[in-house]
Amino acid sequence: MTETYFELTEQPILTESVIEKVKRREAGAITTFIGTVREFTNEKRTLKLEYQAYVSMAEKKLSDIGDEVQEKWPDAIIAITHRIGTLHISDAAVVIAVSSPHRKTAYEANEYIIHRIKEVVPIWKKEFWEDGTSWVGDQLETTPYPEGAPWKGDSHD
Amino acid sequence: MIKVLFFARLQEEFGKESVEIDKSGWTVEALKDWLEKEYHLTGVTQTMTAVNEEFTDDHYILAEGDTIALIPPVSGG
Repeated sequence: MTETYFELTEQPILTESVIEKVKRREAGAITTFIGTVREFTNEKRTLKLEYQAYVSMAEKKLSDIGDEVQEKWPDAIIAITHRIGTLHISDAAVVIAVSSPHRKTAYEANEYIIHRIKEVVPIWKKEFWEDGTSWVGDQLETTPYPEGAPWKGDSHD
Repeated sequence: MIKVLFFARLQEEFGKESVEIDKSGWTVEALKDWLEKEYHLTGVTQTMTAVNEEFTDDHYILAEGDTIALIPPVSGG
Protein backbone atom coordinates (compact mmCIF):
# COMPACT_ATOMS: atom_id res chain seq x y z
CA MET A 1 0.00 0.00 0.00
CA THR A 2 1.53 3.29 -1.04
CA GLU A 3 -1.15 5.65 0.26
CA THR A 4 -0.97 7.20 3.69
CA TYR A 5 -4.34 7.19 5.37
CA PHE A 6 -3.22 9.15 8.42
CA GLU A 7 -1.03 12.15 7.82
CA LEU A 8 0.09 15.59 8.89
CA THR A 9 1.00 18.13 6.27
CA GLU A 10 2.27 21.70 6.08
CA GLN A 11 0.52 22.16 2.73
CA PRO A 12 -3.11 23.14 2.13
CA ILE A 13 -5.26 19.99 2.33
CA LEU A 14 -6.82 18.77 -0.90
CA THR A 15 -10.20 17.56 0.31
CA GLU A 16 -10.87 15.54 -2.83
CA SER A 17 -7.67 13.55 -2.41
CA VAL A 18 -8.66 12.54 1.14
CA ILE A 19 -12.06 11.41 -0.17
CA GLU A 20 -10.39 9.46 -3.00
CA LYS A 21 -8.55 7.33 -0.45
CA VAL A 22 -11.77 5.91 0.98
CA LYS A 23 -13.76 5.56 -2.25
CA ARG A 24 -14.61 1.94 -3.15
CA ARG A 25 -17.27 -0.11 -4.84
CA GLU A 26 -18.69 -1.50 -1.57
CA ALA A 27 -19.41 1.98 -0.24
CA GLY A 28 -22.88 3.49 -0.34
CA ALA A 29 -21.87 6.52 1.68
CA ILE A 30 -18.89 8.79 2.20
CA THR A 31 -18.98 11.44 4.91
CA THR A 32 -16.45 14.25 4.94
CA PHE A 33 -15.73 16.48 7.90
CA ILE A 34 -13.72 19.65 7.30
CA GLY A 35 -12.55 21.52 10.38
CA THR A 36 -11.97 25.15 9.40
CA VAL A 37 -10.43 28.20 11.03
CA ARG A 38 -13.13 30.34 12.63
CA GLU A 39 -12.81 34.11 12.67
CA PHE A 40 -14.88 34.96 15.76
CA THR A 41 -14.95 33.03 19.02
CA ASN A 42 -17.53 34.79 21.13
CA GLU A 43 -16.48 38.41 20.73
CA LYS A 44 -12.84 37.73 20.04
CA ARG A 45 -11.46 38.03 16.54
CA THR A 46 -8.87 35.55 15.34
CA LEU A 47 -6.34 36.84 12.82
CA LYS A 48 -4.56 33.52 12.17
CA LEU A 49 -3.68 30.25 13.85
CA GLU A 50 -0.55 28.26 14.25
CA TYR A 51 -0.73 24.49 14.66
CA GLN A 52 2.19 22.65 16.19
CA ALA A 53 2.44 18.87 16.51
CA TYR A 54 4.55 16.08 17.90
CA VAL A 55 4.47 14.79 14.34
CA SER A 56 5.62 11.18 14.70
CA MET A 57 3.39 10.52 17.68
CA ALA A 58 0.44 12.40 16.17
CA GLU A 59 0.51 10.23 13.04
CA LYS A 60 0.70 7.14 15.23
CA LYS A 61 -2.26 8.32 17.31
CA LEU A 62 -4.31 9.03 14.17
CA SER A 63 -3.59 5.49 13.11
CA ASP A 64 -4.61 4.22 16.58
CA ILE A 65 -7.93 6.03 16.12
CA GLY A 66 -8.20 4.14 12.84
CA ASP A 67 -7.83 0.88 14.81
CA GLU A 68 -10.52 1.97 17.28
CA VAL A 69 -12.87 2.72 14.39
CA GLN A 70 -12.09 -0.64 12.78
CA GLU A 71 -13.13 -2.34 15.97
CA LYS A 72 -16.36 -0.39 16.43
CA TRP A 73 -17.37 -0.19 12.77
CA PRO A 74 -15.60 -3.02 10.90
CA ASP A 75 -17.00 -1.99 7.52
CA ALA A 76 -15.74 1.60 7.66
CA ILE A 77 -12.66 2.81 5.79
CA ILE A 78 -11.21 6.11 7.00
CA ALA A 79 -8.61 8.70 6.06
CA ILE A 80 -7.49 11.70 8.12
CA THR A 81 -5.23 14.59 7.11
CA HIS A 82 -4.37 17.33 9.60
CA ARG A 83 -2.56 20.46 8.60
CA ILE A 84 0.11 22.12 10.74
CA GLY A 85 1.88 25.47 10.49
CA THR A 86 0.23 28.83 9.88
CA LEU A 87 -3.43 28.84 8.86
CA HIS A 88 -5.73 31.71 8.00
CA ILE A 89 -9.47 32.24 8.36
CA SER A 90 -11.52 29.53 6.57
CA ASP A 91 -8.50 27.35 5.86
CA ALA A 92 -9.10 23.63 6.43
CA ALA A 93 -7.21 22.42 9.49
CA VAL A 94 -8.39 18.84 9.29
CA VAL A 95 -10.22 16.69 6.76
CA ILE A 96 -11.75 13.36 7.77
CA ALA A 97 -13.33 11.02 5.22
CA VAL A 98 -15.20 7.83 6.07
CA SER A 99 -16.76 5.41 3.63
CA SER A 100 -19.13 2.60 4.54
CA PRO A 101 -21.80 0.45 2.89
CA HIS A 102 -24.54 2.39 4.72
CA ARG A 103 -24.69 6.03 5.80
CA LYS A 104 -25.22 5.58 9.55
CA THR A 105 -21.76 4.15 10.06
CA ALA A 106 -20.16 6.86 7.95
CA TYR A 107 -21.78 9.61 10.04
CA GLU A 108 -21.14 8.01 13.41
CA ALA A 109 -17.56 7.02 12.76
CA ASN A 110 -16.75 10.46 11.40
CA GLU A 111 -18.00 12.20 14.53
CA TYR A 112 -16.19 9.72 16.75
CA ILE A 113 -12.93 10.48 14.93
CA ILE A 114 -12.99 14.26 15.39
CA HIS A 115 -13.94 13.74 19.01
CA ARG A 116 -10.95 11.46 19.58
CA ILE A 117 -8.58 13.78 17.71
CA LYS A 118 -9.47 16.49 20.19
CA GLU A 119 -8.66 14.16 23.07
CA VAL A 120 -5.54 12.19 22.26
CA VAL A 121 -3.65 13.47 19.23
CA PRO A 122 -0.69 15.67 20.20
CA ILE A 123 -1.49 18.73 18.11
CA TRP A 124 -1.73 22.22 19.58
CA LYS A 125 -3.35 25.37 18.31
CA LYS A 126 -2.07 28.86 19.02
CA GLU A 127 -4.56 31.65 18.49
CA PHE A 128 -3.36 35.01 17.28
CA TRP A 129 -6.03 37.45 18.40
CA GLU A 130 -6.25 41.14 17.61
CA ASP A 131 -4.96 41.81 21.12
CA GLY A 132 -2.51 39.00 21.83
CA THR A 133 -1.88 35.27 21.54
CA SER A 134 -2.78 32.15 23.46
CA TRP A 135 -2.31 28.41 23.27
CA VAL A 136 -5.71 26.79 23.20
CA GLY A 137 -6.16 23.95 25.66
CA ASP A 138 -3.63 25.47 28.01
CA GLN A 139 -3.67 23.24 31.07
CA LEU A 140 -3.72 26.26 33.32
CA GLU A 141 -7.24 27.02 32.16
CA THR A 142 -8.73 23.61 31.48
CA THR A 143 -9.14 20.19 33.00
CA PRO A 144 -5.86 18.73 34.17
CA TYR A 145 -4.95 15.08 33.78
CA PRO A 146 -4.16 14.02 37.33
CA GLU A 147 -2.80 10.62 36.30
CA GLY A 148 -0.71 12.11 33.53
CA ALA A 149 -2.45 10.07 30.84
CA PRO A 150 -5.69 10.60 28.94
CA TRP A 151 -8.68 8.37 28.94
CA LYS A 152 -8.00 5.23 26.90
CA GLY A 153 -10.85 5.27 24.41
CA ASP A 154 -13.72 2.91 23.70
CA SER A 155 -16.71 2.62 26.05
CA HIS A 156 -17.46 6.13 24.82
CA ASP A 157 -20.76 7.08 23.26
CA MET B 1 20.33 9.93 29.13
CA ILE B 2 16.66 10.78 28.96
CA LYS B 3 15.41 13.13 26.27
CA VAL B 4 12.63 15.49 27.32
CA LEU B 5 10.46 17.12 24.64
CA PHE B 6 8.48 20.32 25.19
CA PHE B 7 5.53 21.54 23.15
CA ALA B 8 3.21 24.52 22.87
CA ARG B 9 3.21 26.81 25.90
CA LEU B 10 5.81 24.72 27.72
CA GLN B 11 8.17 24.98 24.76
CA GLU B 12 7.86 28.77 24.85
CA GLU B 13 8.46 28.83 28.58
CA PHE B 14 11.45 26.52 28.34
CA GLY B 15 12.85 28.33 25.32
CA LYS B 16 13.93 25.17 23.51
CA GLU B 17 12.30 22.08 22.01
CA SER B 18 14.16 19.53 24.12
CA VAL B 19 16.80 18.81 26.73
CA GLU B 20 18.86 15.72 27.62
CA ILE B 21 19.13 14.86 31.28
CA ASP B 22 20.58 12.06 33.38
CA LYS B 23 17.53 10.86 35.31
CA SER B 24 16.98 7.21 34.41
CA GLY B 25 15.44 5.27 37.30
CA TRP B 26 13.27 8.24 38.25
CA THR B 27 9.50 8.14 38.04
CA VAL B 28 7.72 10.44 35.63
CA GLU B 29 6.20 12.18 38.63
CA ALA B 30 9.58 12.91 40.19
CA LEU B 31 10.96 14.14 36.89
CA LYS B 32 8.03 16.51 36.39
CA ASP B 33 8.49 17.98 39.87
CA TRP B 34 12.18 18.41 39.22
CA LEU B 35 11.66 20.04 35.80
CA GLU B 36 9.17 22.46 37.24
CA LYS B 37 11.56 23.62 39.94
CA GLU B 38 14.79 23.44 37.95
CA TYR B 39 13.53 25.42 34.97
CA HIS B 40 10.80 27.48 36.65
CA LEU B 41 8.08 26.01 34.45
CA THR B 42 4.41 26.19 35.32
CA GLY B 43 1.76 23.50 35.16
CA VAL B 44 4.14 20.63 34.31
CA THR B 45 2.61 18.32 36.88
CA GLN B 46 -0.78 18.71 35.17
CA THR B 47 0.35 17.73 31.69
CA MET B 48 -0.10 14.37 30.06
CA THR B 49 3.04 12.38 29.44
CA ALA B 50 4.19 10.19 26.60
CA VAL B 51 7.21 7.92 26.76
CA ASN B 52 8.53 6.77 23.41
CA GLU B 53 5.37 8.08 21.73
CA GLU B 54 2.87 6.24 23.94
CA PHE B 55 0.88 7.85 26.73
CA THR B 56 1.97 6.69 30.14
CA ASP B 57 1.14 7.58 33.73
CA ASP B 58 3.13 9.31 36.43
CA HIS B 59 4.31 6.02 38.00
CA TYR B 60 6.34 4.92 34.99
CA ILE B 61 10.03 4.51 35.77
CA LEU B 62 12.28 6.08 33.19
CA ALA B 63 14.86 3.88 31.48
CA GLU B 64 18.09 4.88 29.81
CA GLY B 65 17.41 6.11 26.27
CA ASP B 66 13.73 6.94 26.85
CA THR B 67 12.22 9.97 25.14
CA ILE B 68 9.63 11.62 27.34
CA ALA B 69 7.26 14.23 25.95
CA LEU B 70 5.25 16.61 28.11
CA ILE B 71 1.87 16.91 26.44
CA PRO B 72 -0.26 19.91 27.41
CA PRO B 73 -3.99 19.46 26.74
CA VAL B 74 -4.25 19.02 23.01
CA SER B 75 -6.24 21.29 20.72
CA GLY B 76 -6.15 19.83 17.24
CA GLY B 77 -9.08 19.56 14.89
